[in-house]
Amino acid sequence: MAQLPFIAAIDAGIHQEMKRDSSVLYFGQNLATTENHDFVKAYGHDRVRVTPISETAEIGMAVGAAMAGLRPVVELYMAEFMLVAMDQVVNEAPRFRYMSGGQVKVPLVLKAGFGFACGWAGQHTGSLTALFMGVPGLKVVVPSTAADAKGLMATSIRDDNPVVFLHHYLLTLEHGEVPDGEHLVPFGQATVRRTGTDVTIVSTGWMVNRALAAAELLAAEGIQAEVIDPRTVAPLDLDTILKSVAKTGRLVVVDQAPRHATVGGIIAADVVEHGFESLKAPILQVNARDATVPYSEPLEAYVIPDEARICAAVRKVCKTAR
Amino acid sequence: MSVPSADQQIEMLTQMLRIREFEERVKRTFTDYPGVIRGHTHLADGAEASIVGSLSHFKKGDAALATYRCHGYPIVLGSDTRAMMAEILGRADGLCKGLGGSMHLTDVKNGFLGTSGIVGAGIPHAAGAAWAAQIRKKGEVVFCFFGDGASKQGAFAETLNIASLWKLPVIFVMENNGYNVVTTSAQEDANAAAGQPLAIKATSFAMPGVTVDGTDPLAVAATVGEAVALARQGGGPTLVESKVYRLSAHGNIIAPPGVPLHYPEHEAIAVFGKREEYEAALRGDPVPRFRGMLVQNGTLTAAAADAITRKVADEMEAAVKFAVASPFPALESALDNVYA
Repeated sequence: MAQLPFIAAIDAGIHQEMKRDSSVLYFGQNLATTENHDFVKAYGHDRVRVTPISETAEIGMAVGAAMAGLRPVVELYMAEFMLVAMDQVVNEAPRFRYMSGGQVKVPLVLKAGFGFACGWAGQHTGSLTALFMGVPGLKVVVPSTAADAKGLMATSIRDDNPVVFLHHYLLTLEHGEVPDGEHLVPFGQATVRRTGTDVTIVSTGWMVNRALAAAELLAAEGIQAEVIDPRTVAPLDLDTILKSVAKTGRLVVVDQAPRHATVGGIIAADVVEHGFESLKAPILQVNARDATVPYSEPLEAYVIPDEARICAAVRKVCKTAR
Repeated sequence: MSVPSADQQIEMLTQMLRIREFEERVKRTFTDYPGVIRGHTHLADGAEASIVGSLSHFKKGDAALATYRCHGYPIVLGSDTRAMMAEILGRADGLCKGLGGSMHLTDVKNGFLGTSGIVGAGIPHAAGAAWAAQIRKKGEVVFCFFGDGASKQGAFAETLNIASLWKLPVIFVMENNGYNVVTTSAQEDANAAAGQPLAIKATSFAMPGVTVDGTDPLAVAATVGEAVALARQGGGPTLVESKVYRLSAHGNIIAPPGVPLHYPEHEAIAVFGKREEYEAALRGDPVPRFRGMLVQNGTLTAAAADAITRKVADEMEAAVKFAVASPFPALESALDNVYA
């Protein structure tokens, strides 16, 4: 085990796979511009390249390279930059296996940071996870710890499908224990980050940290919250969530996206459909307020869900009995 | 480039006849078997010489990618025309198990890697496949087919820039048929409006750009042959503007269920009233023209050409019969192949 920052753990995952599999490519803007670049030194320019600011071509070429037998990892930096090339993400990469009747595989990873709510204003702070999770053919990964960042990146590269790998930018320098050597985290397995008996909180990315902090505050009031991180939202491990709700009878979903564009809302609908009899109270959602993320610090903090709002929602569901 | 041998020229004529007959059969299903084709089909009639001339340089290990107007290429590459027709009818024996249809024909074992229905979107896919070929270092190339309309997409500019910068082994074959659905090139393209060939766009990306008569298979073979040779040697991509005339309308009519589908009159007549332009294109139809040339110069006899035509007609008749008789896929198969 080594203590690594989240961002270094992602790199460790890419290195792990590039070392073992010469078909893995890594490319994007503003990387590999000198011979001193770690990945260039290790794997050479055949496999590691800098691109122009051309997201459609970058992602589109990843699709073609993947169909031709390679495993591209595209460094996109910010999830918003995928919006420039949304056709390739949503309507090209995930369609070709299906439309060809299974003749081709499209194994690629779109690595993008998101949710950078620290003064980046309206166009670099979005939480776009839910935009991708409903697209058949796409897998969507949202790590919240350094260990998961490494293991999920490695699994993303080995997966034979297009994977959107969304890492929360506010976790970039969070340190965590990361297993040395080969480390893989399976898709579709949620993790219980804190056990509790009174209420289930489901959240992803940086919001997991806020949920855990809220759980500590609530524990002081005698409320034991169970915090679940799905880790991958496509595929989604609904079973772990339903089991927790069966135990606690209460669910609060926390999501950094605005109310009608959340993963949490989709989880809430699934729990209502499949776990209604367990629920002792209505499910509550804690989301960003319905606004573009503002620049000014207090306004930004007002829009993004915080511990106080999570605690308030938990207290409310815990007061409700059915 | 060496001129194709007599046998190669006869093979080229055969392939042109096969594409044309296949497309004619697709069209005829709208009257012979109303309702068996749903959605949108797009025909390659008029572009046969361009397709066949280009792919005359295709070697095993190469790849080709195209657009929704994709029936012609796999025919030349060796796909089973029965499976192709079954795919267009959405049947279990279809090339893509009925999951793709007319716009998404794919045949990986014959090098036909994929087709995007979104204009321009397949251009970077071809460049990505060319990157894979560049890494393999076996002299393989990728043929990227698209229309003139696609050259107004960002994907075109972004990809040509990277392909040239990285010297990718890809040949960009732009089939310029003069119309983006019902918009003429001069209405949407600054180069066309200025009287320039669209191949001039290549100069922006520091790659060779050349315009060729896409109705002449030997001219296309010569031009594309130079581009292929350059790409195989590591010299990078070429933009080939192949000037063709689409002899059918853009596609069959777009209509909700219950309205019988058919091919309307060509836009040149229906929209612009240019009957003479269309009739001139018909008089220059590349398929009978090439046949006439080969018969006239003694490459083959009229009787031999007729025999090929009959054989092709039999093949495509069998393809339609096979497709119509093929069952629909099992319902559960709709959930197969979502993920690998």
